[in-house]
Amino acid sequence: MRKLLRHWEFILLILLVGVFILMSNLSPYFLNLRNLLDSTVHFTEKGVIAVCMAFIIISGNMDLSVASNMAMSAAVMGIAFRSGIGIWPSALLCLLVGMAGGLFNGLIITRVKLPAMVATLATFSLYRGIAYVLLGNQAITGYPYEFATLGQGYFPGTNIPNQFVIFIALAVIFGFILHKTTFGRSVYAIGNNEDACRYSGLPVDRIKVILFTVNGLLAGLAAVLLTSRIYSTRPNIALNYELEIITAVVLGGVSIKGGRGSMIGVVLALFLIGASRFGMSLLNIPGQMMTVVIGLMLIIAILLPQLLDRLSGKQGKTA
Amino acid sequence: MSRKLLELRGISKRFPGVVALDNVEFDLKAGEIHALVGENGAGKSTLLKITTGVHQLDEGSIFLGGEPVTFNNPLDAKKAGIAAIYQEHTCFPQLSISENVFMGHPLVSNRLQRIDWKGMHQRTKQLLQELEINLDPKTTMNMLNVAERQLVEIAKALSLDSKILLMDEPTSSLTIQEAERLFAVIRRLRDDGVAIVFISHRLDEVFELSDRITVLRDGKYIGTKDTKEITTQEVIRWMVGRSMDELYPKKDVPIGGELLEVKNLARHGEFREISFTVREGEILGIAGLVGAGRTEMARAIFGITPLDQGEIWLNGERTKIKSPRDALRHGIAYLPEDRQDHGLVLAMDISQNTTISILDRFKYRLLNKDQETEITEKYIELLSIRTSGCTQLARNLSGGNQQKVVLAKWMATEPRILILDEPTKGIDVQAKAAVHTLIGELAEQGLGIIIISSELPEVIGISDRILVMHEGRIAAEFKRDQATQEGILQAAIGRSGAEADAV
Amino acid sequence: MSRTARDKTKFTLTNLSVRRETSLLLFTLAVILGVTLHSPRFLSWGNFHSIFLDSAIVAIASIGQMMVVMTGGIDLSVGSGLALSGMLVGLIYKAGIALNPYLALLLGGLIGLGLGSINGVLVVNGKIPPIIATLGTMSIYRGLIFLASDGQWVSAHEMPSSFIHLARGTILGIPNLLFIAGLFYLIFYFFLSHSKTGREVYAVGGNLEAAKVAGINTDKINRIVYSVTGLLYGLCGVLWVSRFASAQPDTATGFEFSTVTAIVLGGVSVAGGTGQVTGVLLGALLISIIENALNVTQTNPFWKLAIQGIVILVAVSMDGIVRRRQGTKVVREEQL
Ligand SMILES: Nc1ncnc2c1ncn2[C@@H]1O[C@H](COP(=O)(O)OP(=O)(O)O)[C@@H](O)[C@H]1O
Ligand SMILES: [Mg+2]
Repeated sequence: MRKLLRHWEFILLILLVGVFILMSNLSPYFLNLRNLLDSTVHFTEKGVIAVCMAFIIISGNMDLSVASNMAMSAAVMGIAFRSGIGIWPSALLCLLVGMAGGLFNGLIITRVKLPAMVATLATFSLYRGIAYVLLGNQAITGYPYEFATLGQGYFPGTNIPNQFVIFIALAVIFGFILHKTTFGRSVYAIGNNEDACRYSGLPVDRIKVILFTVNGLLAGLAAVLLTSRIYSTRPNIALNYELEIITAVVLGGVSIKGGRGSMIGVVLALFLIGASRFGMSLLNIPGQMMTVVIGLMLIIAILLPQLLDRLSGKQGKTA
Repeated sequence: MSRKLLELRGISKRFPGVVALDNVEFDLKAGEIHALVGENGAGKSTLLKITTGVHQLDEGSIFLGGEPVTFNNPLDAKKAGIAAIYQEHTCFPQLSISENVFMGHPLVSNRLQRIDWKGMHQRTKQLLQELEINLDPKTTMNMLNVAERQLVEIAKALSLDSKILLMDEPTSSLTIQEAERLFAVIRRLRDDGVAIVFISHRLDEVFELSDRITVLRDGKYIGTKDTKEITTQEVIRWMVGRSMDELYPKKDVPIGGELLEVKNLARHGEFREISFTVREGEILGIAGLVGAGRTEMARAIFGITPLDQGEIWLNGERTKIKSPRDALRHGIAYLPEDRQDHGLVLAMDISQNTTISILDRFKYRLLNKDQETEITEKYIELLSIRTSGCTQLARNLSGGNQQKVVLAKWMATEPRILILDEPTKGIDVQAKAAVHTLIGELAEQGLGIIIISSELPEVIGISDRILVMHEGRIAAEFKRDQATQEGILQAAIGRSGAEADAV
Repeated sequence: MSRTARDKTKFTLTNLSVRRETSLLLFTLAVILGVTLHSPRFLSWGNFHSIFLDSAIVAIASIGQMMVVMTGGIDLSVGSGLALSGMLVGLIYKAGIALNPYLALLLGGLIGLGLGSINGVLVVNGKIPPIIATLGTMSIYRGLIFLASDGQWVSAHEMPSSFIHLARGTILGIPNLLFIAGLFYLIFYFFLSHSKTGREVYAVGGNLEAAKVAGINTDKINRIVYSVTGLLYGLCGVLWVSRFASAQPDTATGFEFSTVTAIVLGGVSVAGGTGQVTGVLLGALLISIIENALNVTQTNPFWKLAIQGIVILVAVSMDGIVRRRQGTKVVREEQL
């Protein structure tokens, strides 16, 4: 059992294959490359954030504000666009606002020394509130045609959605940083024992600020992608995304306590959730059911390693 | 002799990487004070915690009044009439003294099970008065100083009216007067038939107070004797396993130029008016009671907490140290007191721990396995770390080897000044000797070394010069040849200072 | 430490808790004054009547949230749990069963108790960080409402008037809701200040290790705290449906933030170990006043969410800073 646990990625792969077999038996439309590729857009926006969220959770932190940050950045983009500065400058602004939101999180966590959970719980409410204040009940639409290529288009000469290409590229880059650089090593170390890292002279606060800022930047990027896909901006976009992102990361084998996890696991978990979601939509299962499923998955993903440990007999007592 | 109230037979307890207790024997009679002594990390506290059900034993058995018992939690022990004062303070900072004293067993009145606040305050006042402490029972704990908190812990244990009272270093932060008052209470309890276990570092106290003495070393049971039948010298030999002069072979190292000078350092509520220098090849010992501000001072010099005031000069240049990173850049390293929480990342392996402070020296900031292994193997050999290899997790090393890994981490940064905070706490005798030898060798290479230690023989044995801190200030300075345990202890408890023991 | 230095800390500290409540009261009065100057009809009896009624429900649920936060946790499922128990009771009426209103209240409480116990088990036995566990149950409970109700409302005409009367009626001229809130205030005041278990809640929040050593069953206390919170929000769910005479799938979305805001305003430290029912009551009142003021002054009502975020942020930061000044240990991160 312990060996199996160490190969969590392997379990995920088996689950993924299982979902594929099950779904393709239940629906004839499932096992179609084109459909499958198209379905990836439903998780790539979340995936773009998940690659950095993995760093944040591995470092023993948490960012609950990402979805709200997406809404806030998208709202600013919408308003900027409506004021006539053009779509691409507006998109750039969106990235900057997202980044600023992340930076603000990082600063209150490191300067005011609030636990990340508490700080981002507050900005979760604040950023969503700002989105509402900016847009009220209205929606912004009428984005130009060329903007849609980003979220809806395909990589030139292929059937692969642009979004998916962006996601994979980011996953590769972030995976490299996590596993092959001293920065990644520091992130693991901080997640295992932050105090010891401070005493060892690692720039713990700087690393945290970087992580939260990048997470915000990616939330901005996700907001651009989402807007370009759904072609409109409302203050309630991306509701509950943080839940699904955190679920994917934890399901991917990242320890909620920090210090453990791999990028490949996170990517596999995203695929797993994406395939389940796609399959369930083919079966006409209501979206609300999906929320329940995601919530259950989150809890089970955290409980499972513990249960396996308990089953496999003795494991070091709780500290 | 009177009957045995409590017996511990063949007790063993393991923590990850440490055998804290190995087949230990202990017994306690009604109406006696039984002292339990041993160096830091010998396993005294662990034995106490096993007796009160905080920890569960791995092997062995406990008999209470001749009957075998198992305590699954502190409540079981409490119900069986065992009260304890733990070494770590266990207070509720936001709650009042009364409530701290009675937590878990409050006085309740009438049918509603309403808490009897008035009664609790009254009883607490009484208990405090017995200890001659003049504090309002309604004061919250976070307003008290370390000594006062310690006294409340004692009041808490007394409030239970138990037949067995266990005390883990109850005097470690008390002044002589406060300790004397405590001793009077302890003697009275003994005369009332209470059985008392008294754990202490200070042998003079042990000889003054106890009827019997049991010695532990490296988690092993060494022996038990009536206090009248044993001398201090013998107890020390039992504790350290050999005589003093074999233990600290001090090398004569030429002392060079000034490396570090601190002037008038202060941090509110922790320490003040701290000035001293350290020279090349010099070992500066810092002694003092727990809570005297030694660790706090070291942490501030290393940049973990900010200084309120004062100057740090390195090699004749004024330097600002704002973070451990700054400190490392200037060649200062600090081996923290708490090896497991501050020294190591337990879940990572030896090589990851060894290179953690030099990560930004890697080319392009890319991890390089070969280079890491090379560095780590060098230090494994140099420090003779006993391990299966570079990839063994720090968690699975013994205490002594863990400490060597922390040392390896700091040596890898090639520091000029090394601050060591209780470097031999909780490690076995061999490892201790190895660490002492290593400290000598580092001094020989021209490092300036500051060593904070609560083991007086260690500070005296190893240092060229000794500063003694008391209530956040330097109370005295001794040259190597002037230093005596007696003199240092007097200074540490504020005897020689101008303002004695004001509470 | 010198005598004078310590006396000074003593001086500021003893005043701290008193100052907290007075300053909250003063701030509340300032808000009332400001809003009244802007739109005089704010200060009418009718308006305040509705403020009190609004705050009653927030206050009851916040008492639970306070206990959870006091032990170093948080309950994000308050809004969903409240809506779920409300909806289930509503569905019973919709099905045409003429349930006695008091039984309905009891039933709602029991449902809540069940939901809260699930949280307790996840946190205590599953060792899941409270914020994550309740984030999960928040969406599960919300999803269950949709599944149970099929996305439909239960509206006024489907409920008997005796049920609607539950929250809207009066006893001796006092609105039932206020009466109920007052009752809970007294019960929990007694529980937290004068019962053994209540004091143990403070102990667990103040220092978990010390609480264990003192022989307190800390797991039991933690489970109790989440379960009682569930019970309270279950009751609130029924009262909510009765007061607004409708049960909707998105009832009380974001309500958990109102409770968190109320308690941090009321002086509860997110680091655990401190909190008073009185403060929380005042906090709940202030939230309802602000909310009402946004309406009365015809400000964009969406400000509410942003204001809550800011209030939480500021209150929590202040709390952290004060704590660090005092030198007590800051926030046990792992707990949250
Ligand atoms: N909770 C614990 N987890 C891991 N190791 C521990 C724990 N408590 C004590 N130890 C280890 O057990 C040994 C004995 O410690 P202790 O009983 O505290 O010694 P003493 O009280 O004699 O100084 C030490 O090596 C210490 O590091
Ligand atoms: Mg000890």
